[in-house]
Amino acid sequence: MTSSSVASPVAGRPWRKRPFIVNARLRWSLYLGSLLYLVLAISSVSVNWSRVWEGLDRGWRFVEGFLVPDFASRWGDIVIGMQESLTMTLTSTVVGILISVPIGIGAARNIAPAPVYAVCRSIIALSRSFQEIIVAILFVAMFGFGPLAGFLTLSFATIGFLSKLLAEDIEDIDEAQAEAVRATGGGWWQIVNYAIQPQVMPRLIGLSLYRLDINFRESAVIGIVGAGGIGATLNTAIDRYEYDTAGAILIIIILIVMVSEYSSGYVRKWVQ
Amino acid sequence: MPISKSETGVPVWQHRTSKANLILWVGWLALVALFVFCWQVMTQDTIWYFVYDAPRQAADITSRMFPPKWGYISELWWPLWDTLNIATLGTLLAIILSVPVAFLAARNTTPSTRFVRPVALFVIVSSRSINALIWGLLLVAVIGPGVFAGIIAIALRSIGFISKLLYEAIEEIDTTQVEAINATGASGLQTLDYGIVPQILPAFAGITVFRWDINIRESTVLGLVGAGGIGLKLQASINVLAWGQVTTIFLVILGTVLVSEWVSAKVRHSLI
Amino acid sequence: MLRVENLRKRYRTGDEALKNVSFSVPAGEVVGLIGPSGAGKSTLIRCINRLVEPTDGNVFLNDLNVTRLGRNDLKQARRRIGMIFQEYALVERLSVMENVLSGRLGYVSFWQSFTRRFPQADIDKAFALLDRVGLTDHADKRADALSGGQRQRVGIARALEQDPELLLVDEPTASLDPKTSRQIMRLICEICAERNLPAIINIHDVVLAQSFVDRIIGLRAGEVVFDGAPDALTEDVLSRIYGEEDWAVLRRQHDSDESDDAADPKKPVEERLVELV
Repeated sequence: MTSSSVASPVAGRPWRKRPFIVNARLRWSLYLGSLLYLVLAISSVSVNWSRVWEGLDRGWRFVEGFLVPDFASRWGDIVIGMQESLTMTLTSTVVGILISVPIGIGAARNIAPAPVYAVCRSIIALSRSFQEIIVAILFVAMFGFGPLAGFLTLSFATIGFLSKLLAEDIEDIDEAQAEAVRATGGGWWQIVNYAIQPQVMPRLIGLSLYRLDINFRESAVIGIVGAGGIGATLNTAIDRYEYDTAGAILIIIILIVMVSEYSSGYVRKWVQ
Repeated sequence: MPISKSETGVPVWQHRTSKANLILWVGWLALVALFVFCWQVMTQDTIWYFVYDAPRQAADITSRMFPPKWGYISELWWPLWDTLNIATLGTLLAIILSVPVAFLAARNTTPSTRFVRPVALFVIVSSRSINALIWGLLLVAVIGPGVFAGIIAIALRSIGFISKLLYEAIEEIDTTQVEAINATGASGLQTLDYGIVPQILPAFAGITVFRWDINIRESTVLGLVGAGGIGLKLQASINVLAWGQVTTIFLVILGTVLVSEWVSAKVRHSLI
Repeated sequence: MLRVENLRKRYRTGDEALKNVSFSVPAGEVVGLIGPSGAGKSTLIRCINRLVEPTDGNVFLNDLNVTRLGRNDLKQARRRIGMIFQEYALVERLSVMENVLSGRLGYVSFWQSFTRRFPQADIDKAFALLDRVGLTDHADKRADALSGGQRQRVGIARALEQDPELLLVDEPTASLDPKTSRQIMRLICEICAERNLPAIINIHDVVLAQSFVDRIIGLRAGEVVFDGAPDALTEDVLSRIYGEEDWAVLRRQHDSDESDDAADPKKPVEERLVELV
């Protein structure tokens, strides 16, 4: 029962899968270019293999430290570090949200006047263009060592993150709802309160929780440059080759991130 | 119910019931109290003299930062090339490692939900909770400073990110398409190739390009912990308080980040 | 020739989807499988190629007992059974040609299929089939760029590319408008006649089934309650299959289908998908 009945009018016609980039010359030059880059890049990485080989032993000790962590011997330092990290996470997120909301509204093209829009957008661009760690370096230089510099860094970073996403959300709202409020004779504040706030609120809460998460993770990093928090403790532990203490700190960080991720997922579901 | 009857029998409408109102107020109060408490704890060791002095410090640093020392830029090309390589090679390494992790973590492709999946999820969480800088700190201690440590740090950090987004994409695939391929008598690998891969390929490409963009940002500061790239120059300049050089480095980083963001947006746009 | 003997399926939830189903289909006969939703039509079809594992009973394809096969032999057996799906189940991001050629996956090595280097005979057959279903010009388009009717034609071509000895068809018209539904049904029945191919078509539209198939099996709550010629399908029998009330509703729906030509609720979604591309 094979294809005798489906006598082929097109026998021998070849078929090949059409390549993703149809232009053959472009395709091959892309392949070649990538290959060339890879060769150049890999050859420019100088690896000191004997150093790496020596390091494997230390790497193994770190894995051991991670599996058998030592919470006890530096417990005091860990507590202080965690305390600084957690407090600066919370305060910076709260302050960051408070500042982000007006800036986010100002950066939404559909409701903000042009000059306000330009100012708010440049604030966002400024805050987003640098890594937290670089901002932390500057703040430490200005405000001295300690968690206050960390708090300022994280607040500053939160503004860029939240305002941008909030502004995008506001720009994406259902215009009809704003129109309806406008049609009732509502003023600008009323439009924001009745038409926009209900639409973006769940997302804003979700994003704030997400940012809380990020701020905690970042608080573990900026300590490296002196901005307080668990990062400083971790840095010291690694400098002293106390891998079991470092392992303990990392485990605590992972646990807190897991808990906060799990609970923020729960809250987000509940809000929506 | 926000609508109730008043004593005279007239329906009264309130935005919230009195109980909901109470909960809301208590909630806000608790948040404020928590904030104040955290603030107190955080600033207990702050030396306020430095804080009051901050504006003067800021003015001082700013005056030293400008004008940028443009001549220094000639020393930055090589570190910049290293930075690019750290990000790109790190991303490639992460791709190779995270594809299997993602398939092991996705509920519909994992060989065992009880044993393999939790392990894969733990790998993802650990990798995601720990910032590239911390990975860098560890790796520099273990295998010595340099570009190689940076590549590994970026890869370790990216595994969690790529695997997480990828396994979510795998879990969302249309199973009937897979079933249809299965019904033709295809083998397991063929089903993967024809039924699953085409469905996740766009998501996969988008995720990796997105991560590459983030990795460019992160690799610019990895040098602060000794893991190669332009951050090494930043560290060196800060150590000798050469603020003019610091500004130049900031501008180069800013340019790089903008270019990589543009490239990543272009590529992602063309893939969809 | 297909023979199903005492087939049972009990799901892990305890639902008994099939209770002792037996029938046989000789070569060239097209059987319409009707019954209310939840009667086990879909399960029955999937038990035949074991996309769903039957709990008990036997399925013979010619003389091969499909239910007793190990993994590898099952793959061999599946190559001989073509399946056409509700909602087409094409791999949407692959081209039409790749979808049709995926019918040969059981015959080629992984490496051949991975590099898309199929034997010329398979490619010839694929082109011939695309010609037969009227889609030659669309070979290199992506499957999600086609309309619903065209996609189902690709689905048919994919099944026939397997050179099947049996065709399993699951609700082929469920997402199509009435006119396209008739075209698809006609195409399937014509092809079965051309190739002397037995087929089981699981279909919810009784009138459509009656006008095309050779024989009808009515399933209710996992049991065969009717097996005979389409003409023997009286009001009485239909009430027995569907239950008194449901049948009345179904008939009314069908009448309105005919009149306004677009009663399928899924159609707008599908149209939107087509517009998106």
